[in-house]
Amino acid sequence: MLRDRTAIAGIGQTEFGKTVEGSEKALACRAILAALADAGIAPGEVDGLASYTMETTDEVDVARTIGLGDLSFFTQVGYGGGAGCGVVGLAALAVASGQANVAVAWRSRKRGSGQRPWASRLGRLPPPLQFSRPFGLLRPVDEVAMLARRYMHEFGATREDLGRIAVTVRSHANRNPAAVMYGKPMTLDDYLAARWVSEPLCLFDNCLETDGALAVVIVSAERARDLRQPPVLVHAFAQGLPQQHQTMTNYFNEDPLLGPSHACAPALWRNASFGPADVDVAQLYDAFTPLIPLSWEGYGFCGRGEGAQFDGVPYNTSGGGLSEAYVHGFNLITEGVRQLRGTSTSQVAGASTCLVTSGEGVPTSALLLRRAA
Amino acid sequence: MSDSGLLLPEFDEEAAPFWTAAMGGSLVVQRCDGCGRLRFPPRPACPWCQSFEFSWPAVSGRATVWSFVVPHPPLLPAYAELAPYNVVVVALEEDPTIRMVGNLVASADAPINSVDPATIEIGMPVQVVFQRVAEDVTLPRWVRA
Repeated sequence: MLRDRTAIAGIGQTEFGKTVEGSEKALACRAILAALADAGIAPGEVDGLASYTMETTDEVDVARTIGLGDLSFFTQVGYGGGAGCGVVGLAALAVASGQANVAVAWRSRKRGSGQRPWASRLGRLPPPLQFSRPFGLLRPVDEVAMLARRYMHEFGATREDLGRIAVTVRSHANRNPAAVMYGKPMTLDDYLAARWVSEPLCLFDNCLETDGALAVVIVSAERARDLRQPPVLVHAFAQGLPQQHQTMTNYFNEDPLLGPSHACAPALWRNASFGPADVDVAQLYDAFTPLIPLSWEGYGFCGRGEGAQFDGVPYNTSGGGLSEAYVHGFNLITEGVRQLRGTSTSQVAGASTCLVTSGEGVPTSALLLRRAA
Repeated sequence: MSDSGLLLPEFDEEAAPFWTAAMGGSLVVQRCDGCGRLRFPPRPACPWCQSFEFSWPAVSGRATVWSFVVPHPPLLPAYAELAPYNVVVVALEEDPTIRMVGNLVASADAPINSVDPATIEIGMPVQVVFQRVAEDVTLPRWVRA
């Protein structure tokens, strides 16, 4: 079992912004070097890499650019925002099983200054997109708004509920100098007055479009004890692809509101020594506000339909994808590490456990992190 | 993409019967010959009985609105011109877990922005209509029943 056998020993990131100088490759390399420096580990010691299939920089380029050692493990995880905890989890599995000694996971993206992915889908569409895009359901926000409207209808959730989520996450970004929305407060009235993007979702239900990169370094828990930073243990990890799921347009099964978190959660908790009631702080994938209530419900923090009112655990304390940076959820992982080091700008006093989740609405993944005793 | 800039389906082996039937004014859904269960979107085997045998019967075209959205720009140019428009997901009368994405329109030849979104409600009964959008493509859309 993976439990507590590996640790995140280093975290690194570039600056975040609408436009950040440098290629995705250069940003990836900067973030990885920053994470290695944070851990106090030389690049030549790295022998494992894990990344997203959507990453534009391959292992060969990273390794020869920053002088990594001979690699004995390299892997990728698919499904965009669903991959984040997965790449970290696979890196941890590699270290725990002896396939690698020092593994790095990263994500680099120029979404702020680059093209929007949905706008590149021209021409004749294959299945399954041919059953949604021709009708004008074009963007991820449209696909999630369809589920959000149904959720609001079934459970009585309101725009004000979603607005409170956006405002809460923004308030955390306002305390985080690295956040794109640092210094830009938002009220519920601001939220309610914002322009529509896909009704029932408005501008502030959407994550940012960000340039930036992040990385983490994973070593054995034993090695981590002797390194520069307080070790943050990888307590449990799971992926989740529910039966009869369809990525993003998950409208074609018995109950489309039972998303990937409902498949990921049992596998996560069965390998953990604690449960939802013991989680001190959470970093929930927030490309869109409705994913937060769906995640609270999926991971067992409240009952179905109760997620929009749930406020029992502090969440997205760096500002998340909504207000810090949208780098396919990787900043949620590094913020989880900061909370357990005690260095978050919205520190939860005494936090010793953290749940981090990846994309809800796509095949997903999640991590439980724990402060070393 | 059509001349109008709207996105269109390609006709691959799995889904061509659906689009060919739509050209002829018929809504068809894949049905397993082994267990009789309907499935959509199409795929080569039945996930419930694993049979690779299937047929494409016509369904009634009666459905109810399961959910809907109203997209606003930024959108691809051809869609931005029509925005705000509606996109609905409807649940078929024959099996409410068979759902299809489409648009609610005022009549069989009306555009996707022809219905006031404020008048759309979840649960509303609808009926399929067919709109030719390119020489070789007809899309199923929906009107109030």
